[in-house]
Amino acid sequence: MSKLVNSIREAIQLAGLKDGMTVSFHHHLRNGDFVLNMVMEEVANLGIKDITVNASSLFDTHLPLQGHIANGVVTGICANYISAPLGRAISQGILEKPVQFRTHGGRPSDICTGNTPIDVAFIAAPTSDPMGNCSGKYGKSACGSLGYAYADAMHAKKVVIITDNLVPYPLMDFSIPEIYVDYVVNVDAIGNPKGIVSGTTQITRDPVGLVMAQHAVKVIENSGLLKDGFSFQTGAGGASLAAAKFLKDVMLEKGIQGSFGLGGITGYLVDMLHAGCFKSLMDVQCFDLKAVESLRTNPNHQEISAMQYASPAFKSAVVDSLDVVILGATEIDTDFNVNVHTDSNGYIMGGSGGHSDTAAGAKLSMIIAPMFRARLPIVTDHVNCISTPGKDIDVLVTQGGIAVNPKNVELTKNLKDAGLPIIDIHELKEKTERITGKPKVIAKGDRVVAEVISRNGGILDKIYNVPSF
Amino acid sequence: MEIKKLASAGTMESSDAYVEIEPATGLEITLESVVSQQFGDSIRQVVRDVLTEQGVENAKIRVVDRGALECVIRARVETAIVRGGN
Repeated sequence: MSKLVNSIREAIQLAGLKDGMTVSFHHHLRNGDFVLNMVMEEVANLGIKDITVNASSLFDTHLPLQGHIANGVVTGICANYISAPLGRAISQGILEKPVQFRTHGGRPSDICTGNTPIDVAFIAAPTSDPMGNCSGKYGKSACGSLGYAYADAMHAKKVVIITDNLVPYPLMDFSIPEIYVDYVVNVDAIGNPKGIVSGTTQITRDPVGLVMAQHAVKVIENSGLLKDGFSFQTGAGGASLAAAKFLKDVMLEKGIQGSFGLGGITGYLVDMLHAGCFKSLMDVQCFDLKAVESLRTNPNHQEISAMQYASPAFKSAVVDSLDVVILGATEIDTDFNVNVHTDSNGYIMGGSGGHSDTAAGAKLSMIIAPMFRARLPIVTDHVNCISTPGKDIDVLVTQGGIAVNPKNVELTKNLKDAGLPIIDIHELKEKTERITGKPKVIAKGDRVVAEVISRNGGILDKIYNVPSF
Repeated sequence: MEIKKLASAGTMESSDAYVEIEPATGLEITLESVVSQQFGDSIRQVVRDVLTEQGVENAKIRVVDRGALECVIRARVETAIVRGGN
């Protein structure tokens, strides 16, 4: 038998894609991805309409979707993250049906339980053999982990692997096995390596960021969690990376050996693994070349699926064993609800990703953010969109003080005893507004353009259109 | 103060403001701001306050605000006025 087909067009036809169906994509090629656009262009060329795109995330490079929405090819979008250009268009109301935002854990839950069935999954694979055993660790377009694609591969009715590095059967060290795969297409390029993985992201030199990072590490040190067996996740932002760097120094100085680093893996976590801060890394997605290299060569660096990373639908997930996560926010309100979906004017420019999964799972979930950005205070009375509920957020670290969620009585005491600048979140809001002035509340439209679905199912919040002025 | 020539102050960097002032009859203020919904009215008021304080009655002034704090806007407007009046 042969699964090899000559073109994406042929694969779409053989898979039986028809009007009204759902296609899916993963985002491991990030802003370098060619596959989603190539597939959707062929879908449009074939005259197929009314398609729902279920993508783990959508980036700037996927802006052509706007055209497919305008001409009726795409009528539904499910995603865990949508970057600003397409997000802005959605906020202006280009799509009749509200976008469904999920989390990195919630998406595979809904795929596996059948809530969001997928007709055809198109899986970009940096290396594959002709039967569809495939991997992200090898090839010119290597992206490392293929964690977000597992649920799609296992549950879509038809699975198409799209690769630009076809190797003889059998590929060893595969991530997704042939048992799920219907068709394999070999193309010239699945992505632009420059957009797939970044070089090394530098830690911040901004003094405000460094102060926040130092505070963050002091909070971890005094949380009672920093001891042998410690586990940790952080983002790839400048201040988060600075916190990882300072944390590494503290762990080495005190001789603490952690159990695992989780995430979104960057070179900084790889450095911590090499230095002995952790015994292993659990990797759902690689952010840079160093992480890809480490995943390929170090047996203590383990690829995991999004299901195992963060899904509440399974018997356990790695986030359930996580001690500390450092996260960002565009806004946080006095009830500690966090917004990472919309910008200060209400336009969609992000999404939860693993934000609310890790916040729910971690024993200590910490937000690092400056008191204000471009005059807009980080702390508000009510966030414009609840991405992660306040009950799952423990601490907010800013340069103007550390606000602890009042539910954490013991932590508050410990941090105060350690001499850290603890401040009530309402006071922090007033302190910030004395510098910035009090912003007027922005206008919201009356049409729902997106629903934020909590990791456990159920609507957490709704995002409204932004009216034009 | 009389504005005698075109002058500017500030930058387009985030958290700064760029201010341009030129001779005109009467006062004309235009504002572009990334936070116009949240702070537009108060920025216009601050610009008027500084113009009054400096005794400027005739000028065309354009402010491109990138999320500057009030003290920054004041400083940029004041500097543009002094540069335009020399």
